Amino acid sequence: MAVHRRVRTAFTTVTAVAIVAVLLFPLYWMVNASFQPPAGLLETPPRWLPIGGTLEGYRAALDGQGQALLNSLAIAAGTVALTLLLSVPAAYALSRFRVRGAGVVLFALLLVQMVPGIVMANSLYAVMNQAGLLNTHLALILADSTVAVPFAVLILRAFMVTIPKELGEAAMVDGAGAARVLWSVILPVSRNAMITAALFAFLFAWADFLFAISLNTDDSVMPVTVGIYRFIGAHTADWNSVMATGVIASIPAAVLLVAAQRYVAAGVTGGALKD
Amino acid sequence: MLARVGFLAPLVVYLAVFFGYPLLANQSMALREYTAASFYTGEAPFVGAANYAAVLADPVFGTALSNTALFTVGSLVFQFAIGLALAVFFQRHVPLNGLLRSLLLVPWLLPLVVSGTVWRWIFDQEYGVLNQTLLGLGLIDQGVPWLSSTSMALASVTVANIWVGIPFNMVILYGGLQSIPAHLYEAAALDGAGPWQRFRHVTWPLLRPVSAVVLMLGLVYTLKQFDVIMVLTQGGPANATQTLTTWAHALSFGELDFGLGAAVGNLLIVIALVFALVYLRGLRTQPGAPGSGRRG
Repeated sequence: MAVHRRVRTAFTTVTAVAIVAVLLFPLYWMVNASFQPPAGLLETPPRWLPIGGTLEGYRAALDGQGQALLNSLAIAAGTVALTLLLSVPAAYALSRFRVRGAGVVLFALLLVQMVPGIVMANSLYAVMNQAGLLNTHLALILADSTVAVPFAVLILRAFMVTIPKELGEAAMVDGAGAARVLWSVILPVSRNAMITAALFAFLFAWADFLFAISLNTDDSVMPVTVGIYRFIGAHTADWNSVMATGVIASIPAAVLLVAAQRYVAAGVTGGALKD
Repeated sequence: MLARVGFLAPLVVYLAVFFGYPLLANQSMALREYTAASFYTGEAPFVGAANYAAVLADPVFGTALSNTALFTVGSLVFQFAIGLALAVFFQRHVPLNGLLRSLLLVPWLLPLVVSGTVWRWIFDQEYGVLNQTLLGLGLIDQGVPWLSSTSMALASVTVANIWVGIPFNMVILYGGLQSIPAHLYEAAALDGAGPWQRFRHVTWPLLRPVSAVVLMLGLVYTLKQFDVIMVLTQGGPANATQTLTTWAHALSFGELDFGLGAAVGNLLIVIALVFALVYLRGLRTQPGAPGSGRRG
Protein backbone atom coordinates (compact mmCIF):
# COMPACT_ATOMS: atom_id res chain seq x y z
CA MET A 1 0.00 0.00 0.00
CA ALA A 2 2.71 2.44 1.04
CA VAL A 3 4.75 1.59 -2.04
CA HIS A 4 1.70 2.04 -4.19
CA ARG A 5 1.11 5.48 -2.73
CA ARG A 6 4.72 6.47 -3.17
CA VAL A 7 4.61 5.49 -6.84
CA ARG A 8 1.48 7.53 -7.25
CA THR A 9 3.01 10.59 -5.60
CA ALA A 10 6.09 10.25 -7.78
CA PHE A 11 3.91 10.00 -10.86
CA THR A 12 1.90 13.09 -9.87
CA THR A 13 5.08 15.03 -9.17
CA VAL A 14 6.57 14.14 -12.54
CA THR A 15 3.33 15.18 -14.23
CA ALA A 16 3.29 18.47 -12.33
CA VAL A 17 6.87 19.28 -13.28
CA ALA A 18 6.14 18.34 -16.90
CA ILE A 19 3.12 20.67 -17.00
CA VAL A 20 5.16 23.55 -15.65
CA ALA A 21 7.97 22.80 -18.10
CA VAL A 22 5.62 22.82 -21.08
CA LEU A 23 3.91 26.05 -20.03
CA LEU A 24 7.19 27.80 -19.30
CA PHE A 25 8.91 26.55 -22.43
CA PRO A 26 8.38 29.84 -24.32
CA LEU A 27 10.25 31.64 -21.53
CA TYR A 28 13.07 29.13 -21.64
CA TRP A 29 13.18 29.63 -25.36
CA MET A 30 13.56 33.38 -24.89
CA VAL A 31 16.44 32.92 -22.45
CA ASN A 32 18.05 30.31 -24.69
CA ALA A 33 17.82 32.55 -27.76
CA SER A 34 19.20 35.52 -25.83
CA PHE A 35 22.49 33.66 -25.27
CA GLN A 36 22.90 32.27 -28.79
CA PRO A 37 25.23 33.84 -31.34
CA PRO A 38 23.22 35.12 -34.35
CA ALA A 39 24.30 32.19 -36.51
CA GLY A 40 23.23 29.71 -33.83
CA LEU A 41 19.65 30.90 -34.18
CA LEU A 42 19.54 30.00 -37.84
CA GLU A 43 20.50 26.36 -37.51
CA THR A 44 18.43 23.27 -38.16
CA PRO A 45 17.75 21.51 -35.83
CA PRO A 46 17.63 24.41 -33.36
CA ARG A 47 20.18 24.64 -30.54
CA TRP A 48 18.21 23.44 -27.56
CA LEU A 49 20.77 24.57 -24.99
CA PRO A 50 22.74 27.81 -24.79
CA ILE A 51 26.02 25.88 -24.85
CA GLY A 52 28.84 27.95 -26.29
CA GLY A 53 26.65 30.94 -25.58
CA THR A 54 27.56 34.56 -25.92
CA LEU A 55 26.67 37.80 -24.18
CA GLU A 56 26.70 39.65 -27.51
CA GLY A 57 22.91 39.88 -27.46
CA TYR A 58 22.95 41.53 -24.05
CA ARG A 59 25.64 43.97 -25.10
CA ALA A 60 23.61 44.96 -28.14
CA ALA A 61 20.46 45.19 -26.00
CA LEU A 62 22.06 47.52 -23.47
CA ASP A 63 23.66 49.62 -26.20
CA GLY A 64 20.46 49.95 -28.16
CA GLN A 65 17.85 49.92 -25.40
CA GLY A 66 19.67 51.41 -22.40
CA GLN A 67 17.90 54.75 -22.73
CA ALA A 68 14.55 53.01 -23.25
CA LEU A 69 15.06 50.97 -20.07
CA LEU A 70 15.81 54.13 -18.11
CA ASN A 71 12.69 55.75 -19.58
CA SER A 72 10.59 52.76 -18.51
CA LEU A 73 12.04 52.99 -15.03
CA ALA A 74 11.31 56.72 -14.76
CA ILE A 75 7.78 56.34 -16.10
CA ALA A 76 7.00 53.40 -13.81
CA ALA A 77 8.41 55.17 -10.74
CA GLY A 78 6.44 58.31 -11.56
CA THR A 79 3.27 56.27 -11.99
CA VAL A 80 3.77 54.60 -8.61
CA ALA A 81 4.24 57.96 -6.88
CA LEU A 82 1.23 59.59 -8.52
CA THR A 83 -0.95 56.53 -7.92
CA LEU A 84 -0.18 56.34 -4.19
CA LEU A 85 -0.55 60.08 -3.77
CA LEU A 86 -4.05 60.00 -5.24
CA SER A 87 -5.33 56.67 -4.05
CA VAL A 88 -4.20 56.46 -0.42
CA PRO A 89 -6.18 59.50 0.82
CA ALA A 90 -9.14 58.57 -1.39
CA ALA A 91 -9.21 54.97 -0.16
CA TYR A 92 -8.96 56.28 3.41
CA ALA A 93 -11.95 58.57 2.91
CA LEU A 94 -13.96 55.85 1.16
CA SER A 95 -13.26 53.34 3.91
CA ARG A 96 -13.68 55.52 7.05
CA PHE A 97 -16.04 58.40 6.38
CA ARG A 98 -19.61 58.56 5.29
CA VAL A 99 -19.02 60.82 2.34
CA ARG A 100 -21.93 61.69 0.11
CA GLY A 101 -21.39 60.30 -3.37
CA ALA A 102 -18.98 57.61 -2.17
CA GLY A 103 -21.12 54.97 -3.85
CA VAL A 104 -20.97 56.84 -7.13
CA VAL A 105 -17.19 57.08 -6.91
CA LEU A 106 -16.86 53.36 -6.23
CA PHE A 107 -19.15 52.51 -9.11
CA ALA A 108 -17.18 54.86 -11.38
CA LEU A 109 -13.93 53.15 -10.37
CA LEU A 110 -15.36 49.78 -11.36
CA LEU A 111 -16.77 51.07 -14.60
CA VAL A 112 -13.71 52.95 -15.85
CA GLN A 113 -11.68 49.75 -15.62
CA MET A 114 -13.87 48.41 -18.40
CA VAL A 115 -13.08 51.28 -20.77
CA PRO A 116 -10.94 49.90 -23.59
CA GLY A 117 -7.39 51.28 -23.58
CA ILE A 118 -7.66 52.28 -27.23
CA VAL A 119 -10.51 54.67 -26.40
CA MET A 120 -8.39 56.20 -23.64
CA ALA A 121 -5.42 56.47 -26.01
CA ASN A 122 -7.52 58.14 -28.68
CA SER A 123 -9.00 60.76 -26.40
CA LEU A 124 -5.92 61.25 -24.21
CA TYR A 125 -4.01 62.06 -27.40
CA ALA A 126 -6.32 65.03 -27.91
CA VAL A 127 -6.06 66.02 -24.23
CA MET A 128 -2.25 65.75 -24.12
CA ASN A 129 -1.99 67.64 -27.38
CA GLN A 130 -4.05 70.51 -25.97
CA ALA A 131 -1.92 70.50 -22.84
CA GLY A 132 1.27 70.43 -24.90
CA LEU A 133 2.36 67.22 -23.18
CA LEU A 134 2.81 64.88 -26.15
CA ASN A 135 6.26 63.27 -26.25
CA THR A 136 6.95 63.77 -22.56
CA HIS A 137 7.44 61.33 -19.71
CA LEU A 138 4.69 63.12 -17.84
CA ALA A 139 2.11 62.28 -20.52
CA LEU A 140 2.91 58.58 -20.16
CA ILE A 141 2.90 58.78 -16.35
CA LEU A 142 -0.54 60.40 -16.42
CA ALA A 143 -1.86 57.95 -19.01
CA ASP A 144 -0.48 54.89 -17.19
CA SER A 145 -1.97 56.13 -13.94
CA THR A 146 -5.44 55.77 -15.48
CA VAL A 147 -4.88 52.02 -15.34
CA ALA A 148 -3.26 51.99 -11.90
CA VAL A 149 -5.36 54.46 -9.89
CA PRO A 150 -8.77 52.73 -10.03
CA PHE A 151 -7.15 49.40 -9.17
CA ALA A 152 -5.14 50.92 -6.31
CA VAL A 153 -8.08 52.75 -4.75
CA LEU A 154 -10.21 49.60 -4.80
CA ILE A 155 -7.52 47.35 -3.34
CA LEU A 156 -6.52 49.88 -0.64
CA ARG A 157 -10.11 50.57 0.30
CA ALA A 158 -10.82 46.84 0.48
CA PHE A 159 -8.01 46.56 2.99
CA MET A 160 -8.77 49.69 4.98
CA VAL A 161 -12.38 48.73 5.68
CA THR A 162 -11.03 45.75 7.59
CA ILE A 163 -9.08 47.97 10.02
CA PRO A 164 -11.06 48.23 13.25
CA LYS A 165 -12.73 51.65 13.64
CA GLU A 166 -11.51 51.89 17.24
CA LEU A 167 -7.93 52.15 16.02
CA GLY A 168 -8.53 55.58 14.53
CA GLU A 169 -11.12 56.73 17.02
CA ALA A 170 -8.76 56.45 19.96
CA ALA A 171 -6.38 58.85 18.25
CA MET A 172 -9.24 61.17 17.32
CA VAL A 173 -10.27 61.37 20.97
CA ASP A 174 -6.72 62.43 21.77
CA GLY A 175 -7.26 65.33 19.41
CA ALA A 176 -5.59 64.06 16.25
CA GLY A 177 -7.03 65.30 12.96
CA ALA A 178 -8.03 62.98 10.11
CA ALA A 179 -4.76 63.58 8.29
CA ARG A 180 -2.82 62.71 11.43
CA VAL A 181 -4.83 59.50 11.89
CA LEU A 182 -4.18 58.53 8.28
CA TRP A 183 -0.46 59.20 8.61
CA SER A 184 0.32 57.64 11.97
CA VAL A 185 -2.40 55.03 12.44
CA ILE A 186 -3.78 53.85 9.10
CA LEU A 187 -0.66 53.98 6.93
CA PRO A 188 1.52 51.80 9.17
CA VAL A 189 -1.10 49.03 9.33
CA SER A 190 -1.84 49.32 5.59
CA ARG A 191 1.76 48.75 4.59
CA ASN A 192 1.14 45.46 2.80
CA ALA A 193 -1.84 46.72 0.83
CA MET A 194 0.20 49.75 -0.19
CA ILE A 195 3.05 47.54 -1.37
CA THR A 196 0.59 45.52 -3.45
CA ALA A 197 -0.90 48.67 -4.98
CA ALA A 198 2.55 50.10 -5.70
CA LEU A 199 3.82 46.86 -7.24
CA PHE A 200 0.91 46.65 -9.61
CA ALA A 201 1.14 50.33 -10.54
CA PHE A 202 4.78 49.66 -11.38
CA LEU A 203 3.97 46.58 -13.44
CA PHE A 204 1.14 48.29 -15.35
CA ALA A 205 3.36 51.22 -16.27
CA TRP A 206 6.40 49.08 -17.04
CA ALA A 207 4.35 46.87 -19.36
CA ASP A 208 2.39 49.64 -21.05
CA PHE A 209 2.65 49.59 -24.81
CA LEU A 210 -0.56 51.12 -26.14
CA PHE A 211 -0.18 54.56 -24.51
CA ALA A 212 3.54 54.62 -25.18
CA ILE A 213 3.10 53.99 -28.88
CA SER A 214 0.14 56.36 -29.19
CA LEU A 215 1.16 59.40 -27.15
CA ASN A 216 4.82 59.48 -28.05
CA THR A 217 6.90 59.59 -31.22
CA ASP A 218 10.10 60.76 -29.60
CA ASP A 219 12.86 58.15 -29.28
CA SER A 220 14.33 59.88 -26.24
CA VAL A 221 11.09 59.30 -24.27
CA MET A 222 10.31 55.82 -25.65
CA PRO A 223 10.00 53.04 -23.03
CA VAL A 224 11.44 49.57 -23.56
CA THR A 225 8.17 48.00 -24.74
CA VAL A 226 8.14 50.31 -27.75
CA GLY A 227 11.89 49.78 -28.06
CA ILE A 228 11.38 46.03 -28.48
CA TYR A 229 8.54 46.59 -30.94
CA ARG A 230 10.67 48.88 -33.12
CA PHE A 231 13.61 46.51 -32.73
CA ILE A 232 11.69 43.59 -34.27
CA GLY A 233 10.58 45.79 -37.13
CA ALA A 234 14.06 47.06 -37.85
CA HIS A 235 16.27 43.99 -37.45
CA THR A 236 14.40 40.74 -37.71
CA ALA A 237 17.66 38.83 -37.93
CA ASP A 238 18.98 40.03 -34.55
CA TRP A 239 16.74 37.75 -32.56
CA ASN A 240 19.38 37.22 -29.90
CA SER A 241 19.49 40.90 -28.99
CA VAL A 242 15.70 41.18 -29.26
CA MET A 243 15.39 38.26 -26.83
CA ALA A 244 18.09 39.71 -24.56
CA THR A 245 16.05 42.91 -24.39
CA GLY A 246 13.00 40.79 -23.61
CA VAL A 247 14.83 39.07 -20.77
CA ILE A 248 15.96 42.42 -19.34
CA ALA A 249 12.43 43.81 -19.65
CA SER A 250 11.19 40.77 -17.69
CA ILE A 251 13.50 41.38 -14.74
CA PRO A 252 11.00 43.45 -12.73
CA ALA A 253 8.46 40.64 -13.00
CA ALA A 254 11.02 38.04 -11.98
CA VAL A 255 12.23 40.12 -9.04
CA LEU A 256 8.67 40.63 -7.85
CA LEU A 257 7.94 36.95 -8.05
CA VAL A 258 10.93 36.07 -5.93
CA ALA A 259 10.95 39.00 -3.51
CA ALA A 260 7.31 39.91 -3.23
CA GLN A 261 5.35 36.81 -4.08
CA ARG A 262 2.69 37.19 -1.43
CA TYR A 263 1.94 40.76 -2.52
CA VAL A 264 1.54 39.57 -6.08
CA ALA A 265 -0.82 36.84 -4.96
CA ALA A 266 -2.77 39.43 -2.96
CA GLY A 267 -3.09 41.53 -6.10
CA VAL A 268 -4.29 38.69 -8.30
CA THR A 269 -6.90 37.29 -5.99
CA GLY A 270 -7.57 40.28 -3.76
CA GLY A 271 -8.78 42.62 -6.44
CA ALA A 272 -10.89 40.09 -8.21
CA LEU A 273 -12.63 38.33 -5.39
CA LYS A 274 -12.70 40.34 -2.20
CA ASP A 275 -14.65 43.44 -1.41
CA MET B 1 -16.30 67.74 7.23
CA LEU B 2 -14.48 69.93 4.74
CA ALA B 3 -11.20 68.26 5.63
CA ARG B 4 -12.76 64.88 5.05
CA VAL B 5 -13.97 65.84 1.58
CA GLY B 6 -10.42 67.01 0.93
CA PHE B 7 -9.19 63.41 1.00
CA LEU B 8 -11.54 62.35 -1.75
CA ALA B 9 -11.56 65.54 -3.82
CA PRO B 10 -8.25 64.95 -5.66
CA LEU B 11 -9.49 61.56 -6.85
CA VAL B 12 -12.81 63.00 -8.00
CA VAL B 13 -11.05 65.78 -9.91
CA TYR B 14 -8.68 63.20 -11.36
CA LEU B 15 -11.54 60.97 -12.51
CA ALA B 16 -13.24 63.96 -14.13
CA VAL B 17 -10.12 65.15 -15.94
CA PHE B 18 -8.70 61.78 -17.00
CA PHE B 19 -11.84 59.77 -17.59
CA GLY B 20 -14.84 62.09 -17.75
CA TYR B 21 -13.40 64.70 -20.07
CA PRO B 22 -11.59 62.29 -22.44
CA LEU B 23 -14.66 60.08 -22.75
CA LEU B 24 -16.81 63.08 -23.61
CA ALA B 25 -14.14 64.34 -26.00
CA ASN B 26 -14.23 60.95 -27.64
CA GLN B 27 -17.95 61.30 -28.29
CA SER B 28 -17.39 64.71 -29.82
CA MET B 29 -14.48 63.46 -31.94
CA ALA B 30 -16.58 60.64 -33.30
CA LEU B 31 -19.04 63.21 -34.67
CA ARG B 32 -16.39 65.35 -36.34
CA GLU B 33 -13.93 65.19 -39.16
CA TYR B 34 -11.04 65.05 -36.79
CA THR B 35 -7.74 64.61 -38.59
CA ALA B 36 -4.10 65.39 -37.86
CA ALA B 37 -4.73 68.90 -39.21
CA SER B 38 -7.41 69.46 -36.57
CA PHE B 39 -4.74 69.34 -33.89
CA TYR B 40 -2.90 72.26 -35.47
CA THR B 41 -5.74 74.38 -36.84
CA GLY B 42 -8.15 73.55 -34.03
CA GLU B 43 -10.85 73.06 -36.65
CA ALA B 44 -12.85 69.86 -36.83
CA PRO B 45 -16.05 70.26 -38.83
CA PHE B 46 -19.15 68.59 -37.41
CA VAL B 47 -20.17 65.73 -39.67
CA GLY B 48 -22.94 64.10 -37.66
CA ALA B 49 -23.07 60.34 -37.96
CA ALA B 50 -20.87 60.27 -41.06
CA ASN B 51 -17.97 58.59 -39.22
CA TYR B 52 -20.22 55.86 -37.88
CA ALA B 53 -21.74 55.38 -41.34
CA ALA B 54 -18.28 55.15 -42.89
CA VAL B 55 -17.09 52.65 -40.31
CA LEU B 56 -20.16 50.42 -40.58
CA ALA B 57 -20.01 50.48 -44.39
CA ASP B 58 -16.32 49.59 -44.42
CA PRO B 59 -15.78 45.91 -45.30
CA VAL B 60 -13.07 45.80 -42.64
CA PHE B 61 -15.76 46.34 -39.99
CA GLY B 62 -17.32 42.92 -40.52
CA THR B 63 -13.90 41.27 -40.54
CA ALA B 64 -12.80 43.06 -37.39
CA LEU B 65 -16.05 42.24 -35.61
CA SER B 66 -15.89 38.54 -36.41
CA ASN B 67 -12.16 38.42 -35.61
CA THR B 68 -12.85 40.08 -32.27
CA ALA B 69 -15.56 37.53 -31.50
CA LEU B 70 -13.46 34.52 -32.55
CA PHE B 71 -10.36 35.78 -30.77
CA THR B 72 -12.28 36.51 -27.58
CA VAL B 73 -14.34 33.31 -27.46
CA GLY B 74 -11.38 31.15 -28.49
CA SER B 75 -9.15 32.74 -25.86
CA LEU B 76 -11.73 32.50 -23.08
CA VAL B 77 -12.76 28.91 -23.69
CA PHE B 78 -9.22 27.54 -23.70
CA GLN B 79 -7.83 29.83 -20.99
CA PHE B 80 -10.66 28.80 -18.73
CA ALA B 81 -10.60 25.09 -19.54
CA ILE B 82 -6.82 24.78 -19.19
CA GLY B 83 -6.78 27.04 -16.14
CA LEU B 84 -9.47 24.94 -14.48
CA ALA B 85 -7.75 21.67 -15.33
CA LEU B 86 -4.52 22.98 -13.80
CA ALA B 87 -6.31 24.31 -10.74
CA VAL B 88 -7.95 20.92 -10.16
CA PHE B 89 -4.68 19.12 -10.76
CA PHE B 90 -2.72 21.28 -8.31
CA GLN B 91 -5.23 20.60 -5.58
CA ARG B 92 -3.48 17.28 -5.14
CA HIS B 93 -0.73 17.08 -2.62
CA VAL B 94 2.23 17.40 -4.92
CA PRO B 95 5.64 18.11 -3.43
CA LEU B 96 6.75 21.61 -4.48
CA ASN B 97 3.12 22.47 -5.14
CA GLY B 98 3.44 26.09 -4.05
CA LEU B 99 6.67 26.66 -5.93
CA LEU B 100 5.31 25.16 -9.15
CA ARG B 101 2.13 27.19 -8.96
CA SER B 102 4.01 30.43 -8.47
CA LEU B 103 6.29 29.59 -11.39
CA LEU B 104 3.18 29.28 -13.54
CA LEU B 105 2.41 32.90 -12.71
CA VAL B 106 5.48 34.17 -14.56
CA PRO B 107 3.85 34.46 -18.01
CA TRP B 108 1.13 36.60 -16.44
CA LEU B 109 3.60 39.05 -14.94
CA LEU B 110 5.62 39.64 -18.10
CA PRO B 111 4.95 42.66 -20.26
CA LEU B 112 2.62 41.49 -23.05
CA VAL B 113 5.03 42.90 -25.60
CA VAL B 114 7.69 40.49 -24.35
CA SER B 115 5.31 37.52 -24.50
CA GLY B 116 4.24 38.53 -27.99
CA THR B 117 7.85 38.82 -29.09
CA VAL B 118 8.68 35.35 -27.79
CA TRP B 119 5.74 33.85 -29.65
CA ARG B 120 6.71 35.66 -32.83
CA TRP B 121 10.06 33.92 -32.66
CA ILE B 122 8.44 30.55 -31.88
CA PHE B 123 6.07 30.96 -34.85
CA ASP B 124 8.85 32.07 -37.22
CA GLN B 125 8.26 30.23 -40.48
CA GLU B 126 11.87 29.34 -41.25
CA TYR B 127 13.70 29.21 -37.93
CA GLY B 128 10.89 29.04 -35.38
CA VAL B 129 11.05 26.14 -32.95
CA LEU B 130 7.46 25.12 -33.73
CA ASN B 131 8.03 24.47 -37.42
CA GLN B 132 11.47 23.00 -36.78
CA THR B 133 10.00 20.52 -34.32
CA LEU B 134 7.09 19.57 -36.55
CA LEU B 135 9.45 19.15 -39.51
CA GLY B 136 11.83 17.09 -37.38
CA LEU B 137 8.99 14.78 -36.35
CA GLY B 138 7.93 14.46 -39.97
CA LEU B 139 4.48 15.84 -39.25
CA ILE B 140 4.76 18.51 -41.94
CA ASP B 141 6.75 18.68 -45.20
CA GLN B 142 7.41 22.41 -45.17
CA GLY B 143 7.21 25.24 -42.68
CA VAL B 144 3.69 26.39 -41.83
CA PRO B 145 3.26 30.17 -42.29
CA TRP B 146 1.72 30.56 -38.82
CA LEU B 147 1.64 34.36 -38.87
CA SER B 148 1.81 35.21 -42.55
CA SER B 149 -1.05 33.12 -43.92
CA THR B 150 -4.52 34.62 -43.77
CA SER B 151 -6.02 31.29 -42.75
CA MET B 152 -3.61 30.57 -39.87
CA ALA B 153 -2.81 33.97 -38.38
CA LEU B 154 -5.91 34.44 -36.23
CA ALA B 155 -5.57 30.98 -34.70
CA SER B 156 -1.87 31.58 -33.99
CA VAL B 157 -2.50 34.93 -32.34
CA THR B 158 -5.25 33.33 -30.25
CA VAL B 159 -2.89 30.55 -29.11
CA ALA B 160 -0.38 33.13 -27.89
CA ASN B 161 -3.12 34.98 -26.04
CA ILE B 162 -4.42 31.78 -24.45
CA TRP B 163 -0.94 31.15 -23.09
CA VAL B 164 -0.91 34.64 -21.59
CA GLY B 165 -4.28 34.14 -19.88
CA ILE B 166 -3.88 30.66 -18.37
CA PRO B 167 -2.13 31.78 -15.14
CA PHE B 168 -4.81 34.32 -14.23
CA ASN B 169 -7.57 31.75 -14.72
CA MET B 170 -5.65 29.10 -12.81
CA VAL B 171 -4.91 31.28 -9.79
CA ILE B 172 -8.45 32.58 -9.36
CA LEU B 173 -10.03 29.18 -9.94
CA TYR B 174 -7.56 27.55 -7.56
CA GLY B 175 -8.64 30.05 -4.91
CA GLY B 176 -12.25 29.16 -5.63
CA LEU B 177 -11.55 25.44 -5.32
CA GLN B 178 -9.80 25.93 -1.98
CA SER B 179 -12.95 27.50 -0.55
CA ILE B 180 -15.09 24.42 -1.29
CA PRO B 181 -15.46 22.53 2.02
CA ALA B 182 -13.60 19.22 1.99
CA HIS B 183 -16.43 17.41 3.79
CA LEU B 184 -18.64 17.77 0.72
CA TYR B 185 -16.17 15.69 -1.26
CA GLU B 186 -15.96 13.16 1.55
CA ALA B 187 -19.75 12.89 1.70
CA ALA B 188 -19.93 12.47 -2.08
CA ALA B 189 -17.21 9.82 -1.94
CA LEU B 190 -19.14 7.96 0.78
CA ASP B 191 -22.16 8.01 -1.50
CA GLY B 192 -20.02 6.24 -4.06
CA ALA B 193 -19.33 9.18 -6.37
CA GLY B 194 -16.25 8.73 -8.56
CA PRO B 195 -13.80 11.53 -9.42
CA TRP B 196 -15.82 12.67 -12.44
CA GLN B 197 -19.09 12.68 -10.52
CA ARG B 198 -17.50 14.58 -7.66
CA PHE B 199 -16.29 17.18 -10.15
CA ARG B 200 -19.62 17.30 -11.94
CA HIS B 201 -21.84 17.51 -8.86
CA VAL B 202 -19.66 19.21 -6.24
CA THR B 203 -16.85 21.21 -7.83
CA TRP B 204 -18.64 22.56 -10.89
CA PRO B 205 -21.79 23.94 -9.24
CA LEU B 206 -19.93 25.38 -6.22
CA LEU B 207 -17.33 26.97 -8.44
CA ARG B 208 -19.92 28.73 -10.58
CA PRO B 209 -19.73 32.18 -8.96
CA VAL B 210 -15.94 32.25 -9.24
CA SER B 211 -16.11 30.94 -12.81
CA ALA B 212 -18.50 33.73 -13.73
CA VAL B 213 -16.16 36.39 -12.34
CA VAL B 214 -13.15 34.92 -14.13
CA LEU B 215 -14.94 34.63 -17.44
CA MET B 216 -16.38 38.13 -17.31
CA LEU B 217 -13.09 39.75 -16.33
CA GLY B 218 -11.37 37.72 -19.03
CA LEU B 219 -13.94 38.85 -21.55
CA VAL B 220 -13.48 42.52 -20.82
CA TYR B 221 -9.69 42.20 -20.99
CA THR B 222 -9.64 40.07 -24.13
CA LEU B 223 -11.99 42.44 -25.91
CA LYS B 224 -9.45 45.21 -25.60
CA GLN B 225 -6.33 43.13 -26.15
CA PHE B 226 -3.89 45.09 -28.28
CA ASP B 227 -0.25 44.33 -27.48
CA VAL B 228 -0.07 40.66 -28.44
CA ILE B 229 -1.75 41.17 -31.81
CA MET B 230 0.33 44.25 -32.64
CA VAL B 231 3.60 42.50 -31.91
CA LEU B 232 2.67 39.31 -33.76
CA THR B 233 0.87 40.56 -36.86
CA GLN B 234 -0.13 44.25 -36.61
CA GLY B 235 -3.62 43.10 -37.55
CA GLY B 236 -2.43 41.52 -40.80
CA PRO B 237 -1.97 39.80 -43.12
CA ALA B 238 -4.75 41.49 -45.11
CA ASN B 239 -6.73 42.23 -41.91
CA ALA B 240 -6.80 38.54 -40.99
CA THR B 241 -6.11 39.40 -37.33
CA GLN B 242 -7.62 42.88 -37.29
CA THR B 243 -9.83 43.30 -34.24
CA LEU B 244 -11.92 46.33 -33.34
CA THR B 245 -9.13 47.47 -31.00
CA THR B 246 -6.30 47.22 -33.52
CA TRP B 247 -8.51 48.70 -36.23
CA ALA B 248 -9.41 51.70 -34.07
CA HIS B 249 -5.70 52.22 -33.46
CA ALA B 250 -4.87 51.91 -37.16
CA LEU B 251 -7.56 54.46 -38.08
CA SER B 252 -6.48 57.00 -35.45
CA PHE B 253 -2.74 56.61 -35.33
CA GLY B 254 -2.04 55.06 -38.74
CA GLU B 255 -4.42 56.95 -41.02
CA LEU B 256 -4.56 59.88 -38.57
CA ASP B 257 -8.34 60.02 -38.84
CA PHE B 258 -9.19 60.34 -35.16
CA GLY B 259 -12.89 60.76 -35.90
CA LEU B 260 -13.10 57.27 -37.42
CA GLY B 261 -10.92 55.82 -34.66
CA ALA B 262 -13.16 57.38 -32.03
CA ALA B 263 -16.25 55.93 -33.74
CA VAL B 264 -14.82 52.40 -33.67
CA GLY B 265 -13.68 52.95 -30.09
CA ASN B 266 -17.20 53.93 -29.10
CA LEU B 267 -18.61 50.78 -30.67
CA LEU B 268 -16.12 48.86 -28.56
CA ILE B 269 -17.29 50.72 -25.45
CA VAL B 270 -20.88 49.71 -26.20
CA ILE B 271 -19.86 46.06 -26.44
CA ALA B 272 -17.75 46.27 -23.26
CA LEU B 273 -20.55 48.12 -21.46
CA VAL B 274 -23.11 45.45 -22.28
CA PHE B 275 -20.87 42.83 -20.71
CA ALA B 276 -19.90 45.15 -17.85
CA LEU B 277 -23.56 45.47 -16.94
CA VAL B 278 -24.01 41.72 -17.08
CA TYR B 279 -20.96 41.46 -14.84
CA LEU B 280 -22.14 44.03 -12.30
CA ARG B 281 -25.57 42.43 -12.24
CA GLY B 282 -23.90 39.11 -11.63
CA LEU B 283 -21.97 40.63 -8.73
CA ARG B 284 -25.11 41.67 -6.95
CA THR B 285 -26.38 38.12 -6.87
CA GLN B 286 -23.22 36.58 -5.49
CA PRO B 287 -20.57 37.27 -2.86
CA GLY B 288 -17.90 38.10 -5.42
CA ALA B 289 -16.69 41.64 -5.99
CA PRO B 290 -15.03 44.42 -7.88
CA GLY B 291 -13.09 44.20 -11.06
CA SER B 292 -9.36 44.29 -11.04
CA GLY B 293 -6.51 42.26 -12.40
CA ARG B 294 -4.79 44.09 -15.21
CA ARG B 295 -4.22 44.73 -18.82
CA GLY B 296 -5.40 47.64 -20.82
